[in-house]
Amino acid sequence: MNAKLLIAGALALASAGVAVAAVQVYAPTRARQPWATVQQGKYLARAGDCESCHTAEGGKPYAGGRPVPTPFGIVYSVNITPDPDTGIGAWSEEDFYRAMHDGIDQQGKRLYPAFPYPWYTHMTHGDVDAIKAYLDTVKPVRQVDRKPKLGWPFSMRSMLAVWDKLYLDAKRFQPDPARSAQWNRGKYLVDGAGHCGACHSAKNMLGHADTSHPMQGGMAEHVFAPNLGAGERDGLSGWTRDDIVQYLATGSNRYATAAGPMAEVVQASTQYLKQRDLAAMATYLKSLEGPKPETPDTPNKDTLRAGAALYVDDCAGCHMNNGAGIANAFPPLRASSAVQAAKPDLLIAVILQGARSPATSAKPTGLMMPAFDNKLDDAEVATLTTYIRNAWGNRGGDVSKGDVAKLRNTLASAPR
Amino acid sequence: MAKKLPEVDVVLVGFGWTASVIAQELTEAGANVLALERGSWRDTVPDFSVTHIQDELRYAVRKEIFEQTRRQTLTFRDKPDQTALPMRELGSFLPASGVGGAGVHWNGQNWRFLPTDFLLRTHNEQRYGKKAIPDDMTIQDWGISYEQLEPYYDKWEYLCGISGKAGNIGGKIQPGGNPFEGARRREYPLPPLKRSAATVLFDKAAREVGLHPFPAPAANTSKPYLNPLGVQMGQCTYCGYCEWFGCANYSKASPQSTILPVLLKKDNFSFRTHSSVVRILTDSNGKRATGVVYVDQNGREYIQPAQMVVLCAFAHHNVHLLLVSKIGVPYDPQTGTGVVGRNYAYQVSSSVNVTCKERLNPFMGAGALGQVADDFNGDNFDHTGKGFLGGGYIALWNTGGRPILQEYLPKGTPKWGAGWKKALHEDYLYSTHMQCHGGVMSYRDNYLDLDPTYKDAYGNPLLRLTFDFHHNENAMSKFLTDRATEIAKAIPNRGINSKPRKGDYSIVPYQTTHNTGGAAMGTDPRTSFVNPFLQSWDVPNLWVMGSTVFPQNAGYNPTGTVGALAFWAADAMKRYIKNPQPLVQT
Amino acid sequence: MDKRGHTDGEIRAAQDCASPSRRSFLVGGAVVVSSSFLLAGCGGSESMRAPVAPRFFENDERNFVRAAIDRLIPKDALGAGAVEAGVDDFIDAQLAGPFGQAAGIYMRGPFRLGATEQGYQLPFTPAQVYRLAIQRVNEYCRKQFGNAFAQLKPDQQDTILHALEDGKIDLGEIPSANFFNLLWGNTKEGFLADPVYGGNRDFAGWKLIGYPGPRYNYTDDIERYGKPYDAPFVSLGGASPVMCRLSDSPTGRFHGPGCEYAQLPAKVHYDALSNKDGSRKWPAGNL
Repeated sequence: MNAKLLIAGALALASAGVAVAAVQVYAPTRARQPWATVQQGKYLARAGDCESCHTAEGGKPYAGGRPVPTPFGIVYSVNITPDPDTGIGAWSEEDFYRAMHDGIDQQGKRLYPAFPYPWYTHMTHGDVDAIKAYLDTVKPVRQVDRKPKLGWPFSMRSMLAVWDKLYLDAKRFQPDPARSAQWNRGKYLVDGAGHCGACHSAKNMLGHADTSHPMQGGMAEHVFAPNLGAGERDGLSGWTRDDIVQYLATGSNRYATAAGPMAEVVQASTQYLKQRDLAAMATYLKSLEGPKPETPDTPNKDTLRAGAALYVDDCAGCHMNNGAGIANAFPPLRASSAVQAAKPDLLIAVILQGARSPATSAKPTGLMMPAFDNKLDDAEVATLTTYIRNAWGNRGGDVSKGDVAKLRNTLASAPR
Repeated sequence: MAKKLPEVDVVLVGFGWTASVIAQELTEAGANVLALERGSWRDTVPDFSVTHIQDELRYAVRKEIFEQTRRQTLTFRDKPDQTALPMRELGSFLPASGVGGAGVHWNGQNWRFLPTDFLLRTHNEQRYGKKAIPDDMTIQDWGISYEQLEPYYDKWEYLCGISGKAGNIGGKIQPGGNPFEGARRREYPLPPLKRSAATVLFDKAAREVGLHPFPAPAANTSKPYLNPLGVQMGQCTYCGYCEWFGCANYSKASPQSTILPVLLKKDNFSFRTHSSVVRILTDSNGKRATGVVYVDQNGREYIQPAQMVVLCAFAHHNVHLLLVSKIGVPYDPQTGTGVVGRNYAYQVSSSVNVTCKERLNPFMGAGALGQVADDFNGDNFDHTGKGFLGGGYIALWNTGGRPILQEYLPKGTPKWGAGWKKALHEDYLYSTHMQCHGGVMSYRDNYLDLDPTYKDAYGNPLLRLTFDFHHNENAMSKFLTDRATEIAKAIPNRGINSKPRKGDYSIVPYQTTHNTGGAAMGTDPRTSFVNPFLQSWDVPNLWVMGSTVFPQNAGYNPTGTVGALAFWAADAMKRYIKNPQPLVQT
Repeated sequence: MDKRGHTDGEIRAAQDCASPSRRSFLVGGAVVVSSSFLLAGCGGSESMRAPVAPRFFENDERNFVRAAIDRLIPKDALGAGAVEAGVDDFIDAQLAGPFGQAAGIYMRGPFRLGATEQGYQLPFTPAQVYRLAIQRVNEYCRKQFGNAFAQLKPDQQDTILHALEDGKIDLGEIPSANFFNLLWGNTKEGFLADPVYGGNRDFAGWKLIGYPGPRYNYTDDIERYGKPYDAPFVSLGGASPVMCRLSDSPTGRFHGPGCEYAQLPAKVHYDALSNKDGSRKWPAGNL
């Protein structure tokens, strides 16, 4: 369709006093890619969970505007619909590749690594091109990007050049010939599109992930993303590969249900991945080392007694008296790696804010847990979480009232 | 000026159980379905959350979970020669409001009617002679048989995850189940709930007096359950806050816990809350429904056009809508002609309190945790010489021990003061009760019409209910109460309080929300409003769901039959959609 | 440490004690302005009943109610009675809220008396019933016994209560049995409802009967036939609940410090994928 004619026609009608619905003027700057490429790109965009970050709550898909909290302030995701003025419609394939691989946009501006280009950098050129091909087909939305809210000096993009110099290892994924094809595929996905380490790896003060001890637990927005390496108590040693696949594909397995930010990841991303890709990722994860196991202190007996009483009053209705939960409905707290994670943030956050199981096509129910932030004060939440982390054979560190208060505050002031 | 909206294929009035079933079935068949609910959106979290929902005062005593009479109620009188007055306070029955309807707050007591219930007139005439049925008892056959409905009972039971023990599989009586039930194709999807102390005592006593007790079929899951739609339910934990409360752990079957997670994701389904339907619109001939009019919470009116209109509201409201919309011929009790409002029925209940010697912990319970003797239901026994037809079940229900309302104290307990305090102190943990739950026949002078004086919040006349129990119900109820008392006496006890039903029907004390009739189904348009597929005779694109279509009420809770009929009708609707015309030629 | 962290609770209560609040009520057409200090929990330990200032009752009404409920559920060897359990606070708060105002009740006319089977047909809200009836009962008591109800001897009070119950006292438009049933009903409610509503203080009512409170899992206990269930008393507000303030809104929702447990739990914050009305927020997808 001739775009110019379309505009002229719309104007004519408008001036004739006829109400004209807003006409989407879509003028692609290049021919559409083959359908197979677009489909591949859609798949990879799902693997990369692009839509989650690039869609604001209640906003149009891929139009950006979602606040992403960083240690330095808030960065807003940008518009990656093909709108030529406010989106990336005018970007070439190379422009897009440079953004994904080097963290530099079309204008030469450096991007904040809240956009996980240090992970996407591993992706092949072909895969990145496919994603661009897919994004070109997304409905264009006219929406101006919001400016980040960062304190000085982080508001200076020139600082990012320093960051990149220090931390960006911009190279594509190199398969390890000593490992199987499946392992390599898994690592490619986990370290690339999946950017799992962006949450699950420890990050330094400047937000750089510890790649020498990958996936041993890290902060994900305001909660702790647990260790995905080995660990009897707080890692995946007890999980089989099938357990991992089931978790990513459906949102839960016999040990855990995805909660918090991970629920969104499952629902928007991993549930769409092919079984063999998930199996590859599981193979890779199962090869990872865990952190050195620590034996936490034994908590105070009075705390445990008080916590046990709170548990019976508030939690046992779903998680049962023995902490075993209800199969396929409410996750077990007993022998749970999420519960016994190095940091209790996830557990505290779930108790304060409630949780919703991901509603995947395999498990559509999306069972929910209510929030208890208006029921239990900081001391009670601390007592309760200390108990849960140490009941039924669990071992986890104490939780203090201050821990809870701090997280409660952070969550309450989190941008939406 | 009412705003006209884009047409949909199917509009459902109400968004409770039947609407959820119909919506799920018809969207699968490709139809574009819209449900209009007058109440608000409700879901397990946050509305029925643990540490919130177990609030007896708020939900059961102040009745916050139900429709408030301020918005909608009816007028009531026992006899046609009285003046009907508004039901200002909720009492005898408790209609719901909000997404999920009464499916949110029911107990989960789930039954199939007996094969003879569907052929009530034919069967009783054959067995006891035409004279056994009084002239003013307007009972009639349903137009379908139990056998036709059986596959749909099964579908409903597997949707809900009913916990129970089959009593008759393919004609073979099974030990441990109800030996009187109609033959079913297979077992219940889940085994029976755990038994409480009270149900164990009842079971023993009922056997001693020669009856055949069995665990009540329960829409409370005894185990975690994945239903055929792929929806995951939890497991009942016997919290004792079932009826009049939502379920906090997904273990009571409701639209939210069995259908909505799948239904709400569909592109071809939508719903609107705070949308009270006040009128069904028809074309100038009155032979075709064109849609409905509804009012939102700001008082604005909308016209919602549709190809099909399905009434899925509470029994009363379906009839009310038909009457105010002037669809069908209103029933005239004088002449006995007309069908809209005809054959209203209810449930006749009585109870026997037992204060046992054994400690019972009544607060541990579930909505359908019960042991039942069905020996005196329907025509399960010989009525020769009894002076009444029909019957009911006798059940020891252990639904909970909620302190304000659930006290089952012995006879002679003082009403207040130190004596009352003492009785409560000594008896609360030891007391339980049996319910006699009897069917009600239809009568010429029990009916629904429009009130001449009182109006609702929308300016429509209120529905007027004219209803009383007749000799048949009173005699039958007394019979059941006597049998229950015999069972009670066989339980080691320190006090019994037999409470037979007395006097005229009163709208004040809660009895059941099993209101039936007003738009009966049947094979004859002179005595039924809908055909056996629940399609209106007069307006073929108008359908009526719910217990509204019962021609009389049997001795069981109605929801199981309501659910089965909804599935049955949905199949018919799918045929109708392919070929829109009356499915039964007159 | 009790539910609210006792020291924190004391500090907060002290602040509440310092701030007055005014409430106005529309009762039977007359506007009653009542200024009150809400002293919920101020300075009181569990065993000392801290006075809660009236929200609805005038002083003489409150005296009537306290005296009446003291006879309806007296303190005795079995334990606390209605007064100790705070039932007058309960009734006071209920009458000030949507229940008292008959917020959900069909109150359109014409009003006519009907058969008993047709239920309540008076044009009075519960608040109005109390206001009118108490006044008239006191008048009757003064005529019969020379004093208001609250000043009578217990056996005289019992006589009055029985007479009310039996419909034997003329209260004008309000049949005395109606008033008695309302009063008794509210008394029982206040004695046995969750303590967050102000009555059943220190679980007095539940201790009497042996009801442990609203827990949600008896799976392991229900088959232990005949055995006592030993768990501490608990309320919707935890193990040491305090009364919260009722709002005046028609929904009857609670507000104010100490009422958090009675509110709906906060919305789950991670269910970003559907709106509150159930409409989808699913990614629409392309192609």
